Amino acid sequence: MANFNYIIVVIILCLGLWAMLSKKNLIKKCIGMAIFQTGIILFFISMGAKKGATIPIIQQGYGAHDVAHQAIQASHYANPLTQILMLTAIVVGVATLGMALSLVQRIFNFHGSIEEDEILNQ
Amino acid sequence: MIETLLTLQLPILIILAPLFAGFLTFGIGSFNKKLCAPITIVGTGLSLICAIQVLSQVQQKGPVHYFLGGWIPPIGIEYVVDHLNGMVLVLIAVVAFLTAIYSVKVVEKELSKRIHFFYTLFLFLVTGLMGITITGDAFNVYVLIEIAALSSYALLALGQKKSFFATFNYLIIGTIGACLYLLGVGFLLIQTGTLNMPDLAYQITLQPYSAAIFIAFILMVCGMFVKMAFFPAHGWLANAYASAPTAVGCLIAPLMTKVSVYVVIRVLFSIFSVSYVFDILNISNAVIVLAVAAIVVGSIYALMQQHFRKLCCYLIVAEIGYMMGGIFMGNANGFFGGTYHLIADALMTAALFMVAGAIYYKQGTLDIRKWAGLFKKMPITMTCFIFVACSMIGIPPTAGFFSKWYLISGALQAGHYLFMIALLFSSLINAVLFFRIIEYAYFGSFSSPNSHSQERSEAPLSMLLPLVLVIICMMVLGLYSQDILKYFIAPINPFLGN
Repeated sequence: MANFNYIIVVIILCLGLWAMLSKKNLIKKCIGMAIFQTGIILFFISMGAKKGATIPIIQQGYGAHDVAHQAIQASHYANPLTQILMLTAIVVGVATLGMALSLVQRIFNFHGSIEEDEILNQ
Repeated sequence: MIETLLTLQLPILIILAPLFAGFLTFGIGSFNKKLCAPITIVGTGLSLICAIQVLSQVQQKGPVHYFLGGWIPPIGIEYVVDHLNGMVLVLIAVVAFLTAIYSVKVVEKELSKRIHFFYTLFLFLVTGLMGITITGDAFNVYVLIEIAALSSYALLALGQKKSFFATFNYLIIGTIGACLYLLGVGFLLIQTGTLNMPDLAYQITLQPYSAAIFIAFILMVCGMFVKMAFFPAHGWLANAYASAPTAVGCLIAPLMTKVSVYVVIRVLFSIFSVSYVFDILNISNAVIVLAVAAIVVGSIYALMQQHFRKLCCYLIVAEIGYMMGGIFMGNANGFFGGTYHLIADALMTAALFMVAGAIYYKQGTLDIRKWAGLFKKMPITMTCFIFVACSMIGIPPTAGFFSKWYLISGALQAGHYLFMIALLFSSLINAVLFFRIIEYAYFGSFSSPNSHSQERSEAPLSMLLPLVLVIICMMVLGLYSQDILKYFIAPINPFLGN
């Protein structure tokens, strides 16, 4: 089971997508959206993760050009790029969720319900 | 010295002008609401000047590259402007600038207490759209899509109270679209380890038959299909756009979907390549069937509407079908048609929504049946409307004719006769529905009882001027279509010269 984490990610993604598309309760849709975005974050994080790897700080300093320093192997370090990308994606996710929840609040104030069928029947 | 420095910084200034204007409107607008509109006009105007400068640089010296923070491309983020996105940048800036002028009176009337929120979000939306267009980094596109999308959700929800639910649905669908794109970028990152578009293009040519890259392609393109309301996913568009505030409609309806189309063009031809999309995958037939369905469904729904804004929204669905069909046609004429139509349709949609806004401002109704005798009341607005209608139908000297001409000749060349029939069918429907409106508005006064007042009551100058300018841009685009094709679209046409 080398790709165990990816299987979990796919399950989470499917759960989130299902909740977003088929749930009638708007809050449940929001929860589905949060789950879906979490799935994507886990996907990116697991692609950058590595067993026994360390943070990518080169102690000898940046810009040294002699042979000893060239010998540093990139494979010793976890990929920092995916984590940085996901920091941005988390911020985006929080903003989207906040927007969605404030819309649900407005919908509740106006329609008096957060069930999709009841709103559509009005 | 200062001049050359400024020239080097032009690409970033296109983005920074609306961004800082956005912060300014929020800060200053909290104290003095009257300053919001001038700041917005200046911000978008500066952006327009920079965009035109960059486009002329591109025309003279070829693509402009700008390295953010001085980091060299595969590591750092890069802004690239070539002929295609140079044109789209100018288009966004033109529509944003004219809408900013147009919005002054409407926003005062419709959103009196929330003017500064409106202008702040307006400018952030413009920033996001410009950013999507200019960036050369696949992940950066996602972030900017979300910036544009979040501003647009908030803007749409400023409208009538029934728009909240439609906006919520749009938010859910839009998030799915953007997240699918992000997943696609993830697959590309696993397989290639890079996010820079030219670098991705090179890495993909090394492993064209990789399953991960195939999945990445499907996810990215499907994500953008959802975002642009392409046929099976078009349901959210009409409800979300129809009840938005007037000025919001004028900005979002022409630009959001067109920028998504632009992203698809980028994904197809800058990240992936012609040989990958059309020879290795060979999915163009399926997309063209969807495009045909989009055109037919959009046109028929448009014909059934009595509400003018809704009618325009369904026309957008049909026009998206035109563009996707042209781009996936797989030959030079199809690409010409699709890309040219991207520009032309943005101007036509902006003009349609501006006409709708002007009529709503004066008459308070968008129901076509109540427009009887409107020609006598609002002659300038309705004259502009006739020009747009001609362009939407495709009557020769207008922009709409040339895009249809190239799309049809591309379809003939590729043997997609169904697409050709759909185009002609859609032109016919457009003719029926626009002439029906013109008939109501011109001859309606004879039979209709509710047109007792016949005196002129034209919309204010600040609304008419942008409308007339959009019409002029549209006519210029049509009259100089040959030059535009030769100097701006031919250099980026991937089906020519390689």
